[in-house]
Amino acid sequence: MLTVLLLLWPVAAALLLHFFKGGAARVAAFGAALVELVLAAYAAFTFNSNHAGQFSYNLNWIPSAGIQFAVGMDGLSLLLVLLTAFLVPIILLAAFRRNFENESVFYALVLFMETGLIGVFTAQDAFLFYFMWEVALIPIYFLAGVWGGVNRAKVTFKFFLYTIVGSLFMLAGFVYLYFQTGASPDGLAAHNSSLASFYNLNLPVETQMWLFWLIFAAFAVKMPIFPFHTWQPDTYTEAPAPATMLLSGIMLKMGIYGCMRWLLPVVPLGVDRWQNLVLILAIIGIIYGAIIAIRQQDVKRLIAYSSLSHVGLMIAGVFSLTHIGLQGASIQMLAHGVNVVGMFFIADAIERRTGTRTIADLGGLTRQAPVLTVCFLVLLLGTVALPLTNGFVGEFLLLEGVFEYNAWMGAVAGVTIILGAVYLLRMFQRVMLGPDSSFTATFTDLTGAELALLVPLIVLVFWIGLFPGTFLHLSEGSVMNILNEVVKR
Amino acid sequence: MNSIILLSVLGLGNLFLGFRRSNRLLLPAAMLMLAVVFGVNFLDWGTSQSFFNDMLVVDNFSVAFTGIVVLTALVLLPFSQKYAQDGEANLAEYYSLLLFSLVGAIMMVAYNHLLMLFLGVETLSIAMYVLAGSDKRNLRSNEAALKYFLMGSFTTGILLFGMALVYGATGTFVLRDISFAVQNPVNASLTPMLYIGMLLMFIGMGFKVSAAPFHFWTPDVYEGTPTFFTAFMSTVVKAAGFAAFLKLLVQAFPAASAQGVWLPTLTAMCVLTLLLGNVGAVTQTSAKRMLAYSSVSHAGYLLIGLVAFNGQLEGASANGLFFYSLAYSVATVASFGVLKLVADARMREDYNGLNGLAKTNPLLAFVMTVAMLSLAGIPLTGGFFGKFFIFSAAVENGYIGLVVFAVVMSMVSIYYYLRPIIAMYMRDAEDETTAPPVPVTGFQSAALLLLALLTVVLGVLPGLVAGIL
Repeated sequence: MLTVLLLLWPVAAALLLHFFKGGAARVAAFGAALVELVLAAYAAFTFNSNHAGQFSYNLNWIPSAGIQFAVGMDGLSLLLVLLTAFLVPIILLAAFRRNFENESVFYALVLFMETGLIGVFTAQDAFLFYFMWEVALIPIYFLAGVWGGVNRAKVTFKFFLYTIVGSLFMLAGFVYLYFQTGASPDGLAAHNSSLASFYNLNLPVETQMWLFWLIFAAFAVKMPIFPFHTWQPDTYTEAPAPATMLLSGIMLKMGIYGCMRWLLPVVPLGVDRWQNLVLILAIIGIIYGAIIAIRQQDVKRLIAYSSLSHVGLMIAGVFSLTHIGLQGASIQMLAHGVNVVGMFFIADAIERRTGTRTIADLGGLTRQAPVLTVCFLVLLLGTVALPLTNGFVGEFLLLEGVFEYNAWMGAVAGVTIILGAVYLLRMFQRVMLGPDSSFTATFTDLTGAELALLVPLIVLVFWIGLFPGTFLHLSEGSVMNILNEVVKR
Repeated sequence: MNSIILLSVLGLGNLFLGFRRSNRLLLPAAMLMLAVVFGVNFLDWGTSQSFFNDMLVVDNFSVAFTGIVVLTALVLLPFSQKYAQDGEANLAEYYSLLLFSLVGAIMMVAYNHLLMLFLGVETLSIAMYVLAGSDKRNLRSNEAALKYFLMGSFTTGILLFGMALVYGATGTFVLRDISFAVQNPVNASLTPMLYIGMLLMFIGMGFKVSAAPFHFWTPDVYEGTPTFFTAFMSTVVKAAGFAAFLKLLVQAFPAASAQGVWLPTLTAMCVLTLLLGNVGAVTQTSAKRMLAYSSVSHAGYLLIGLVAFNGQLEGASANGLFFYSLAYSVATVASFGVLKLVADARMREDYNGLNGLAKTNPLLAFVMTVAMLSLAGIPLTGGFFGKFFIFSAAVENGYIGLVVFAVVMSMVSIYYYLRPIIAMYMRDAEDETTAPPVPVTGFQSAALLLLALLTVVLGVLPGLVAGIL
């Protein structure tokens, strides 16, 4: 029931937000997001890590087709629900820095999207999962398209088309699987689409080989994995900062989560066949993203490509099919969410003050803004994966997982840390250090409100870095279950 | 049956109301009549009665589809308010023709005798021929009426010819007897005549529902016809036409030997319709013409529902057709409604006419967006579940290739359904004078909100109507 509450509350708040205008809408939206965070935190405290599915709720959604509204959380779901509920209030706070037209609609869309995201992470029925997958897409399309930059129409159109085409392939795969299942539990329909019955299908290997690509298409576009990534840098750049944070901080985790929950255990033999290919694509993505990031002149684009590179490593970890790789991906999803949202916020803070994102135009911000520099540095080092920070834990486990699968791949993937340090520190050097430019002469430091927004992120950078056990413990059981399903056949 | 009698009487009453020379009463009166008919129609739910020596059969199937056509007409009516404001002299006649055409539509969904099918088709079409040309001083409206009438009456002739051949081969007009005669032919040499007759009837029906290759009239007629009547044409005619089509297949030609003839034919028509409808819509610059081609493409999706035939007026195929027709009608009325209001205020029907609508009329832009997403089949809207049910019915029967093709075509359709959304939300109007705020009455706002709400309810709680047949 708690899961249902987590799902309904944001959408109800989004509808109610219609009655607030301007400043009141800000307070109401933020309050609603905080309530959601409290609910998620309550779920985390009452969660029993010894049991698999908790807070479950079932409702016969379309009885004639055997489709259930089935939601529930295991450790992995909970981790991502926590990440969502934690990041949304921060993203809303970040949105308050800018004055958007029709504010209440903007915030309502963000809250609406939160429902979709939490739905994706908690759905236990294939069609509900697909449904929520698209519920998360529609608001972000409008957030990026209506409030975005000059080229928004073209760029968001490409984004929408890519993601929807990918997810239609996934839907086709689900429909095929659906017709292979047995009758629904109540006997009203000839088939059902629950996660459990998908896990028990045992399809022949030839079928699984093509089914793999149908389902993987949606996740590949969303994460994105090379070569399905071409929508990503443009969309991240054109979208307004809060939408970029939603896309990179939470939405790309939908793809990784989807692989772990709806791909690996559903078509394990297909995964077995294509594992090598996906790993190679992921590693190409790691190197490709990093090399392009080095050449970027735009701060936002640079972070976008760095995100591409980091996601590549998470995919590689997941597809190593090792316990340690999957655990690494789980914790790195958290760490990456925290870091990338912080980075995009700082990029936005700089852009709001100077009116530019071009690295060559910036310089010497340290002198005017020491607090900003420290915050930036912490988040940046977290992204670079310096020991004691959150990025280190995740990337270390991921690399170890890949290494366990294939030492050569592990070695090549390890380059990500070196290249990451190159492009990020180079950017830091050229933006924060060096001589002042005409754009940065009147730069002001972070305000109290901005700092209040960054502090929770920075706390998490160290918390995950120093005590990763808190979070690894949560996902432990789920990862074991997933791997059991994979090796069962 | 009650609905047919009521509609005929009320239609006449409406004509007399026109003598009062006051337009103010007409719209509320017509809406009240339709609301009453809508309610009365459902009194027949769960009963199965036949009338006039088995010529009409009222069962759940006919009640459900009658519900769709009456509901469509009911929510469409508020968009005719401008006629009353402009002092249109023939308003009473328009409303009466609409009510009479609904009688035709109901006959089409309840027929049990080919003569009734023919009468239904004609009653519906003749009213439409007149209404297509109702904008008397507009050349395009005249052209539309003439084109529709010439081609329509020609294909009605073909339909009639087909019925005659089927009668010649089977000796009966009653659906079940035809089915019996097809399975137990008295004279095997007449079989070719039977199938030629059947295919000729398909041509007639294909024209009415604008399925390719009999769709060429659609874009021109839709464009020339006043938008209010275009909306009626593309929803009521299509819903009734497909219900009649399914009845014909299920009750007259379910035999395996007949299926061997009509399945490949319908599959070919389906593929062609999907292709020409979607590709045609991509190249349009006028939103109204795009909607015309989109209506062709939806005929293609509905044809999949026919191909996924299961020999009954219940189960996956009939339910899929019902849900799809309902979702399609609701979304189409909403999109034509918005387009009509915008076109009346801005005097243009191309995509650029929609520029900046989100700023001047957030409600219109929102409803149009919901309608476009529904037509494109995006989740959260009824259109998604419509496609879902029809496609899964087809997959269940093994038409995987056809469904893959249809899915690819609906990916194409996203391109043109997003264009109005982009125009409304992401482009600004060139200047205020050419793109003024669109005046919307409270009545129309309520109708639009209802349509958007219906679309979302169908998309979130499809279980409410899915599987009722």
